[in-house]
Amino acid sequence: MSEDKISGSEILIRSLMEEGVEIVYGYPGGAITPVFDCLYDYRDKLHHILMRHEQGATHAAQGYARVSGKPGVVIVTSGPGATNAITGIADAMMDSTPMVVIAGQMPASMLGTDAFQETDVVGVTLPITKWSYQIRRAEDIAWAVARAFYIASSGRPGPVVLDFAKNAQVETAEFKYSKCSFIRSYDPFPKIDDAQIREAARMINEARKPLMLVGQGVKLGNAEKEVIALAEKAGIPVAETLLGLSAIPSEHPLNKGMIGMHGNIAPNVKTNECDLLIAIGLRFDDRVTGEISTYACQAKKIHFDIDPSEFNKNVKIDLAVLGNAKETVPAVAALVNRREQTEWVKSFEHAETAEYEKVIKDEITPEDGPLRMGEVVHCVSEAADNNAIVVTDVGQNQMMAARYSTYRNTRSLITSGGLGTMGFGLPAAIGSKFGAPDRTVCLFAGDGGLQMTEQELGTIQAYGLDVKIILLSNNVLGMVRQWQELFFEKRFSETDLVNPDFIKLAEAYGIKGRRITDRSELKEAVQEMMQHKGAYLLEADVEKEEMVFPMTPTGKSVDYIMLNRNETYKK
Amino acid sequence: MEPILYTITVHSENQVGLLNQISIIFTRRKLNIESLSVSASAIKGVHKFVITVMCDEETVIKVVKQIEKRIDVIRAFYYTDEDIVYQEVALYKISTANLLEIGGLEKLVRKYNARVLEITRTYTIIEKAGHTDETQALFEALNMYGVLQFVRSGRVSITRSTVEHVDRFLEKQEQRRLAQE
Repeated sequence: MSEDKISGSEILIRSLMEEGVEIVYGYPGGAITPVFDCLYDYRDKLHHILMRHEQGATHAAQGYARVSGKPGVVIVTSGPGATNAITGIADAMMDSTPMVVIAGQMPASMLGTDAFQETDVVGVTLPITKWSYQIRRAEDIAWAVARAFYIASSGRPGPVVLDFAKNAQVETAEFKYSKCSFIRSYDPFPKIDDAQIREAARMINEARKPLMLVGQGVKLGNAEKEVIALAEKAGIPVAETLLGLSAIPSEHPLNKGMIGMHGNIAPNVKTNECDLLIAIGLRFDDRVTGEISTYACQAKKIHFDIDPSEFNKNVKIDLAVLGNAKETVPAVAALVNRREQTEWVKSFEHAETAEYEKVIKDEITPEDGPLRMGEVVHCVSEAADNNAIVVTDVGQNQMMAARYSTYRNTRSLITSGGLGTMGFGLPAAIGSKFGAPDRTVCLFAGDGGLQMTEQELGTIQAYGLDVKIILLSNNVLGMVRQWQELFFEKRFSETDLVNPDFIKLAEAYGIKGRRITDRSELKEAVQEMMQHKGAYLLEADVEKEEMVFPMTPTGKSVDYIMLNRNETYKK
Repeated sequence: MEPILYTITVHSENQVGLLNQISIIFTRRKLNIESLSVSASAIKGVHKFVITVMCDEETVIKVVKQIEKRIDVIRAFYYTDEDIVYQEVALYKISTANLLEIGGLEKLVRKYNARVLEITRTYTIIEKAGHTDETQALFEALNMYGVLQFVRSGRVSITRSTVEHVDRFLEKQEQRRLAQE
């Protein structure tokens, strides 16, 4: 068989199958039609999910990749197909999501002539991809696909774009596939430096007030158990970034919650009190550090990461430990002393109590007034046995969903972190469901973000997907409005929304829906949603003036924390 | 940290679009590339970029790490002028008539260690290799004849290091490849 020549399109599809791909997200169009034609013959083996927009295809692939750990695959056409995919590609780059995007392209002979639907896709995507390559010959397809998958999923994962010229789709070549496991200019498996390991262990053993920060790198490296083991052995309290959430079970006694702008008070305050900060697989984003010149200045800092360009990028560190956390963390753990740091861990309680009393209690168990976002999230989390895959859109809904969900298993929060892409939620929830069909998928979205990609309700309808959509509806762009109230003298510029009837909209797509406005309906409505077989849209009308607290405003130190409109946290 | 002139050398695979991949890293940080030269290196199939840029050390470190992160880049390094031996070439076109009228060319050629490449009835082309200040000094000296055209190449450089880091990296990678097989 390998002696026979087959079309470039078939080479592509068989290459994808060689990589273990079972599902691709996409949208057909002129310059990719030969691939879709060939896909028709392979439709039983390689499932194509027809999204309603190419942006949706990329976010679905991201959701799939983030829950399954396998690269998400997207197939789109040239020109607008490819440019519509840009937002998802940029999002995947910021959030280190393995993704392979195959975009059709004009035949090589027409490139540079401003042909119909021609865009310089490699040029456009270079800054937002790990690798971007134009395939012009059928002979290069298998090589390029193998390389794309290796690059997308090894080291620090990221998106790869293959710009696939139409002539290469129809020309023929022999098909011989060998997976890529080596590129001489690329070293995704840096050798562990024993000196770094010993120094890290020494610093941890000497620390009296260590704090561990866990980022998504821990999930990407499948190092959750190893990180927990290190924390438990040395008695180190742990906090997570937004993308690190769910790597450590919420109920773990050493888990002190989320850091960052809307994170938990205790780990944010303790960041500026600890004597050693152990950061694992995170990139010190400005939403995590607050004002960087005052960030953890008192502490020594160890940074574990697989990407050397992250060391000293934003925060000056004392020790870099290069490598996959799966290997570096247990190597350090083997050298640290077993101990409990009871007093230090106990010192978090003051802030925890204050946060519960001042913020959480009123958010999850309010006694009167309109429905609150936090109580809706809390109720859904409990109804899902705290074991749902929580997908969020971006904004207040995202912060509330992240804060008030309880996580039992890793890879259970799928959210757009670095790019903060409104519209991410609905398509990402679709991909998450395909990636983890046996788990409950709950999407929390606002009325703004949902409308950015609401056409994907059609995808849910077409594939009969069981996705629970919780729409936290307040008829405003809540997070922007929050900033307008706090920092722009209540000049509510362009943040009011006139919304459609979302329940009718859902109904138009054959999706059952229900709108609730009163607290008394909440529990029963959530139960109904959970028991319903298939997709369900629960619209909870929440207070428009509601804000996400605690909050560290831009430009303030991590330990400057607003508890509400008038009060800041006092130690 | 004061900005100084750094020389960045990049060793890469010979792929289309590499220059674009590298240059956008400077663009994103609004760093102006002072000079650039691209050529083959001593290692077969490996291209070498020499880029000079004015910035502080913290910036140049970050830029080099971002360049090295590109998949097709093998290694990238930064140097100060003390770390390297470097050279540039400049060409000058002046009016032959002015030259004959004013005179003094021999003195200039000797003083600046320059060469005459071509003489016609209308123009004379002079070449000088050296550091920027040297080629600039000749430019200023030639101004008395009126310089019709002037061009200076990007910097080319070779390190004073006793270790060939790129070779070492490629050897290490080759061992990794063999271990995989």
